[in-house]
Amino acid sequence: MTTTAQTRTATISATRSRTLIAASMAAFLGVFMIWGVGFSHIAAAHNAAHDVRHSNGFPCH
Amino acid sequence: MQMFRRLFIAAASAGLLSGLFVTLIHQVTTVPVILEAEVFEKAAEAPVPAADAATPAASTEAAHDHDHAAEDHTHGGDEWEPQDGFERTAYTVLADLLTGVGFALLLIAVFAVSGRAVDWRQGVYWGLAGFAIFILAPGLGLPPEVPGTAAADLTARQVWWVATALLTAGGLALLFYVKEPKPLWIVVALALIVAPQAIGAPQPAEYSSAAPEALAHRFIVATMIAQLLFWAVLGALSGYFYKRFVHEPAA
Repeated sequence: MTTTAQTRTATISATRSRTLIAASMAAFLGVFMIWGVGFSHIAAAHNAAHDVRHSNGFPCH
Repeated sequence: MQMFRRLFIAAASAGLLSGLFVTLIHQVTTVPVILEAEVFEKAAEAPVPAADAATPAASTEAAHDHDHAAEDHTHGGDEWEPQDGFERTAYTVLADLLTGVGFALLLIAVFAVSGRAVDWRQGVYWGLAGFAIFILAPGLGLPPEVPGTAAADLTARQVWWVATALLTAGGLALLFYVKEPKPLWIVVALALIVAPQAIGAPQPAEYSSAAPEALAHRFIVATMIAQLLFWAVLGALSGYFYKRFVHEPAA
């Protein structure tokens, strides 16, 4: 493998891992938001999002 | 962080727009049915305090200390809840927007991990997969319910719901994401999708509903239509903004 090819491979894998880290962060944030709206047992969160929980088919009381 | 910012901007754009869209859909489809069902629910709940009137203090204590499932059934009580009308609608809008952005973040994260080019048309297919994973599969065991319907323990249902969504997502990924799936993988994929349905969702000891069955039926239809539209729009917008902000940021 030539030096240029090695550098290119390294660049691609660095970009790939940056993408994976960013995607994991985005997914984590998304799950956190959905959990808060749809699954939290905190009564205030349930009452505020009540109609959306029913409309989305999230398990509700 | 540059990459995360791009993903976030794409997801926020797609999520807020589709959240706004589904808010309008919910206001004309599911919310009127919920309000109608609550009239029956309140009517069914009304005689309970009268029966316990002899020992008001004791009955309140007992109601609070009751098991978890019963606690989840109490509506309001001492807990804060938005006033009917503007306040309640405002929180519904907020919850719809948050749900939109939350699911858009998940969808766009999956686009990024897949490494594939996604435009608005590809996005519609991803959105339909989301509909299958988050609405259709969990809905087979736990159909959307109007307020006042008897149901099993909340935590048990939530566990089943999440497990079903994960297994269905895994099954669909094996079927459609793997380039050349071996026959065994296809069998495993189908098993993953069927398993939670075969095991079955937690069911209440006794079925009962304050609202008439026709209303419950109307609610399931309303929910399915609203969610199908939501996921199609969310997928299309996520694909569009992903292409614009993430895949071809220069364009």
